[in-house]
Amino acid sequence: MLGASRMATDVIPLANARGFSPDICSYLTSDIGAYLKNDTPLKKMGMSGIPKADVLVFNTNQCRDVKDWFQFYAREWNVPCIGIHTPRSLGDLDEPIIEDVARQTEALVPTLEKVAGQKLDMDRLKEITRLSRRCTELWKGVLEAAAAVPAPITFFDGTIQMGPAVVLRGTQSAIEYYEALLAELKQRVAAGVGAVPGERFRVYWEGMPVWGKLRDLSTQFLNLKTCVVASTYCNSWIFDDLDPDDPFRGMARAYCRIFICRSEDAKERYIEQMAAKYKLDGIIYHDCKTCPNNSNNRYQMPERLDAKLGIPHLVIHGDLNDLRLYSEEQAKTNIQAFVEGLEQR
Amino acid sequence: MPYFCGIDIGASSAKLVIVDETGRIAAKALRRSGVDYAAVAEKNLVEALASANLRREDIVRTVSTGYGRDNVPWSNGRLTEITCHAHGAWWHFRRPITVIDIGAQDSKLISLDAAGRRVGFKMNRKCAAGTGAFLEEIALRLDLSVSELNGLAEHSTKEVTLGSFCTVFTATEILSKIRAGDKVEDIIKGAFHSVVKRIAEMGAMDGDLVMTGGVAAHNPCLVRLMGESFGKPVHVPPDPQFTGAFGAALLAKENVHTHHV
Ligand code: SF4
Repeated sequence: MLGASRMATDVIPLANARGFSPDICSYLTSDIGAYLKNDTPLKKMGMSGIPKADVLVFNTNQCRDVKDWFQFYAREWNVPCIGIHTPRSLGDLDEPIIEDVARQTEALVPTLEKVAGQKLDMDRLKEITRLSRRCTELWKGVLEAAAAVPAPITFFDGTIQMGPAVVLRGTQSAIEYYEALLAELKQRVAAGVGAVPGERFRVYWEGMPVWGKLRDLSTQFLNLKTCVVASTYCNSWIFDDLDPDDPFRGMARAYCRIFICRSEDAKERYIEQMAAKYKLDGIIYHDCKTCPNNSNNRYQMPERLDAKLGIPHLVIHGDLNDLRLYSEEQAKTNIQAFVEGLEQR
Repeated sequence: MPYFCGIDIGASSAKLVIVDETGRIAAKALRRSGVDYAAVAEKNLVEALASANLRREDIVRTVSTGYGRDNVPWSNGRLTEITCHAHGAWWHFRRPITVIDIGAQDSKLISLDAAGRRVGFKMNRKCAAGTGAFLEEIALRLDLSVSELNGLAEHSTKEVTLGSFCTVFTATEILSKIRAGDKVEDIIKGAFHSVVKRIAEMGAMDGDLVMTGGVAAHNPCLVRLMGESFGKPVHVPPDPQFTGAFGAALLAKENVHTHHV
């Protein structure tokens, strides 16, 4: 929200001035900057300010920054900060790793029980896991609707529509939301209605969104009659492994399987599958300055995938939240030139 | 006879080319881009038409390119400078080439196959390194005009290395070289070498090398260094500063699909 509302670029400098480098995660710096300024986009939704947490729970399956970020608040509020240290760059998901992560997850329980002042209700956890699983199945259906030609939904729509899957997973209302959305998309597919009228090209977005530029980018792609049909980012909220019968092991498997936590080989295989499923004409990699974890162009992956897939790629340099690191003009020219190249093929 | 117009409004200068139906250049014009792109485009057009004794109605189609491509009211289509530079350069060579275009604010590397189709392209990252802006900054530090750089570099006798990516860091590096007693001509050649290194980092140099843009037009010494560094000759088409506008004019002639964005 800080990124999409473009508040981030105003508040990041406050965190920078307090010792958080402009080179680290700009989710972290914008969130902490907003806290230091005592400002939040949540005020627009009637909340008085940033809510104070009773406990902070992290998982390092994405990066270390989440932990560093949460530890700041733990120090500020004098509350516990606990978490799971997931091994990263995983190839195959070996059982001992899953076992370890499941055990670490279970080990969070006593602290959480103390904070909550009540015992864990295993039946309730199973029920929530069931709802979460259903939500993520529906979300997967929504994203996979874009395999249709023309695609009824774009990556840019996805970045907004994923809200319930991110923050309301495990609730009935998220399920109802996606049931309605999926029904609408099925109608659009049946009627041949595309999100980009006159869709000529279909591309994949690898990496973080540029949150403050969603509209500009989606408008540019619309005008170029090019649909960004799928993305690693939106797919990251698909958790096929969630298991109501074995919540801890299911969570461990789900949160280890995510793309960001995997080896280059596993990531490459994944994108190859996406290229086939979504009939891609090209891939755009966002080299996101403050998130190396989501910048997959840095270890020669685009070059390797070009050779394997025979479709071209483009790298855009920018950032998720810090618009000081984004050149609109350069990005626009690069994207237009990329599409001109697709026309020549 | 029908004529076609290409206009390339770059960060620093606006170039206009008119070609006839054979692709021969009938007229060209160049002036600083300034702040009113529409006005500068108009002035260039009027000047070029007058120089070739043409009327506005003789122009069948216009394609605009460059940063100001959306600001030319009479343009029939807009294409990026990547496509236009590539096409303008390939016209002269017609074989697999890598085009190295160094402009005022950006540099590009574009590789083309034997048929002139684009195989790949790269633009510089968000920084002045390896662009005309870098050389302007160096000239400023040395109290010279940009046009003096090449003449001085030709007289360099010693290798001076400038190591930093960053233009500001390079400027401070230069101050230390001056303090250490290095000669201005050697420092300038060091700056040229730095541009070559930034280009080399951008991508692979497949096929023959072709350099376009204002920097190539005014700095033959830099072009030579580029060739020495990559171990193959670097070709420069006629009027390298006009390559983008020329490519745009040719594309107007070929009436390829252009965007209205
Ligand atoms: S994965 Fe990247 S964007 Fe997400 S928290 Fe970590 S550093 Fe920030």
